Amino acid sequence: MPRARMVLVLAALTLALVVPAVVTLPYPRDVLIRIFLFAALAQAWNILAGYCGQISLGHAIFFGTGAYTSGLFVARDVGSPWLAMLVGAGIAVILSQLIGAPVFRLRGHYFAIATIAVGEIVHILAVNWEFIGAARGLYIPVKRPDSFVNFQFHQSKAVYYYIVLGLLVLGLGVTRLIERSRLGYYFRAVREEQDAAASLGVRVARTKRVAFAVSAALTAACGTFYAQYVLFIDPESVFPLSLSILICLIAVLGGVGTLWGPLVGAAVLIPLGEITRIYLGGTGKALDLVIYGALIMVISVVQPAGLVGVVRRLREAR
Amino acid sequence: MTLLHVEGLTKRFGGLVANREISFSVAPGELVGVIGPNGAGKSTLFDLITGFQRPDAGAVRLDGADITRERPDEISRRGVARTFQKLRPFAGMTVLENVMVGAFQKTADVRAARETAQRALDAVGLGDRAGAHARGLSTGQRKRLELARALATRPRLLLLDEVTGGVDQATIPGLVRLVRELHAGGLALVVIEHNMRVIMEISQRIVALQLGQVIADASPADIVRDRRVIDAYLGESWRT
Amino acid sequence: MGLVYALIAAGLSLIFGLMEIVNFAHGEFLMLAMFASFWAWALWRLDPLVSLPLSAAVLALLGWATYHGLVRFILDAPMLAQIFATFGLAVFLRSAAQALWGADFHVVKNPLVQGRLALGGVFVGVPQLVASAGALLAFGLLYWFITRTETGLALQATAQDRQAASLMGIDTQRMFALGWALGGACVGVAGGLLASFFYVFPEVGGPFALLAYVAVALGGFGNVPATLAGGVVVGLVEVLGGLLIDPSLKLIGVFALYLLVVLWRPQGLFGRF
Repeated sequence: MPRARMVLVLAALTLALVVPAVVTLPYPRDVLIRIFLFAALAQAWNILAGYCGQISLGHAIFFGTGAYTSGLFVARDVGSPWLAMLVGAGIAVILSQLIGAPVFRLRGHYFAIATIAVGEIVHILAVNWEFIGAARGLYIPVKRPDSFVNFQFHQSKAVYYYIVLGLLVLGLGVTRLIERSRLGYYFRAVREEQDAAASLGVRVARTKRVAFAVSAALTAACGTFYAQYVLFIDPESVFPLSLSILICLIAVLGGVGTLWGPLVGAAVLIPLGEITRIYLGGTGKALDLVIYGALIMVISVVQPAGLVGVVRRLREAR
Repeated sequence: MTLLHVEGLTKRFGGLVANREISFSVAPGELVGVIGPNGAGKSTLFDLITGFQRPDAGAVRLDGADITRERPDEISRRGVARTFQKLRPFAGMTVLENVMVGAFQKTADVRAARETAQRALDAVGLGDRAGAHARGLSTGQRKRLELARALATRPRLLLLDEVTGGVDQATIPGLVRLVRELHAGGLALVVIEHNMRVIMEISQRIVALQLGQVIADASPADIVRDRRVIDAYLGESWRT
Repeated sequence: MGLVYALIAAGLSLIFGLMEIVNFAHGEFLMLAMFASFWAWALWRLDPLVSLPLSAAVLALLGWATYHGLVRFILDAPMLAQIFATFGLAVFLRSAAQALWGADFHVVKNPLVQGRLALGGVFVGVPQLVASAGALLAFGLLYWFITRTETGLALQATAQDRQAASLMGIDTQRMFALGWALGGACVGVAGGLLASFFYVFPEVGGPFALLAYVAVALGGFGNVPATLAGGVVVGLVEVLGGLLIDPSLKLIGVFALYLLVVLWRPQGLFGRF
């Protein structure tokens, strides 16, 4: 990384760390937390779809897995949510390999539709599964006093902020690591020309599976965070197709296949959603999606590399 | 000791027999040309050898080992590289990065891969275009890129599918020279070509295909006199 | 109902066969068709069946506009861009509908066709019957058009080999736009038929679209007549699933079917790809 960029990143990180001390109002902090959460989710998706080219439209599966694992752990007193995070991630990885084995044989549109199908199957199953509370959802019991072990903080939600920031940094770090390693090159080769990659010795199937596993694990970790933050989960909030879509939108808007794209995307979309919701009342919920939709169309036509791509183009033009 | 031995390869696509009982061998360091009219099954043959298609019958042996049912990446790691007729550069990556993907087969270290890639690019004459986006290359440059990419995997056998196809006349001698240099360096090659002059110039042996079958397997001098080859492909008016 | 799915799927298949783009906004097209029918009824007291030509025309126009306004630019774009372009359109249309008309359910009251018939011991809804008949009829029309008219043949030619077709003097741009218009019209008819007995709301397109994808995959992407079979199979599986397993799980059967088919025979039962 060029020196100037490194300084910028460190400065931003420092700023991010300091923010909760300055911004004590819960609402802006909540927005920031959601920005970071979605950025982390989009980043996880980006690893599979942006870098490796496998467009999964059912990623909510893993989010829900992480959320429910944690929820169950706490509700049934099995253990600490942190443990649940690891277990959830583990389950997500196993799930990803199970799904990936057959589904990765498909290409392009077929693959995308298949991921939708799988996502919906899981969604429907969850709605009907009594063990996890079915459609009623699961309430995470409140545990006082605040404790790190219990992953619950009620005095000050600021700690949540730091945790989700940590998740985001983790996601960014993993992406960066992959980007500069042989695996990253293989990811991109598989994305561009699967057959040519195979002819050069790339184990295509295995590369895809690795991408899927990493992506699933990170997504599940975010799910666990969400469960502990919101303390209530139900299939509608963690498994729906609309969530999978939102994750994609954020990544695409920001720039698929780029390191900062997901964060940029989240930083734009989440506040945008909030603004439209505040100023446009009831219909606002839909209007922000209208804008999203229009944005996505424009982006995919004009600059598939997203906002990051736009910035890059501007810089090159100078 | 043969390097590559292809025996009785047969491949059907529905009612069409693309390859029928094809057999021939390639010795280490040998350059074998493959000629034949369009639709003779040449590219299919490459696909069968490199694992992109499974033959309905027959076998492919490399150094005696049966590689008939192996995957393309496994075959590549055994030292067999190929280029494609329909060029497939990694469009979103730079020229250097393209070749690095090949280089990574032999090393996991990014710096080492970069060096190998740069050397391969220099060898094919694209050294100064290393930082360019693969998308913006001309056809001739793309052919060289594919070649460099394949070479970066340090193969023992290289299958070239139409090196001079779609390339302007001025670039051909350079490409031919390149192929000869590679051959001189000890690399075994099987080259599909339509340009007879080129094939005659570089091949030690030529295999002629028609309608999926081998109709001749001989030295260049004998091939051009072979009746069946003349009828099927060369035409009467062809002169050495 | 399978026949209605088939009709919707036919539009999808047509578009894909022409230019290898999956219209992820197809469900939203259907939704708009249903709304068109609904508003025709709400504003002018036109029964959905009567306003069928209208909804077909509106959707044809929408399809044509979508091609010229959006799809045209992404014909050669990377697949990611293609998927997201129509995806974005889907989100846009769905949210716009919600913003304009609210998320509530609307329903056409007292349509021309209502009530139930007893057919051999089974009660079948008249609207469903009419819908099926209508869908079959529309399908037949489409088939006739594609195979018997000159334009239709040109359409097929373009689908099979774009370059050869243009060499023969066929204006591929027009063919593509026509494909989209036809696809839209199919959905328009389907929407009109459904409006007689289905709730109309912005999210309605989703499930139908998914079922349509399955139907197309079953029949084979690009093979329009086969989508008839595909649609019927989907309809059957849906009903059977509802009967044999839990009704709320019936969609799983359909999706599982998709996965099975796509993995076992990627080109569908009759497909070309």
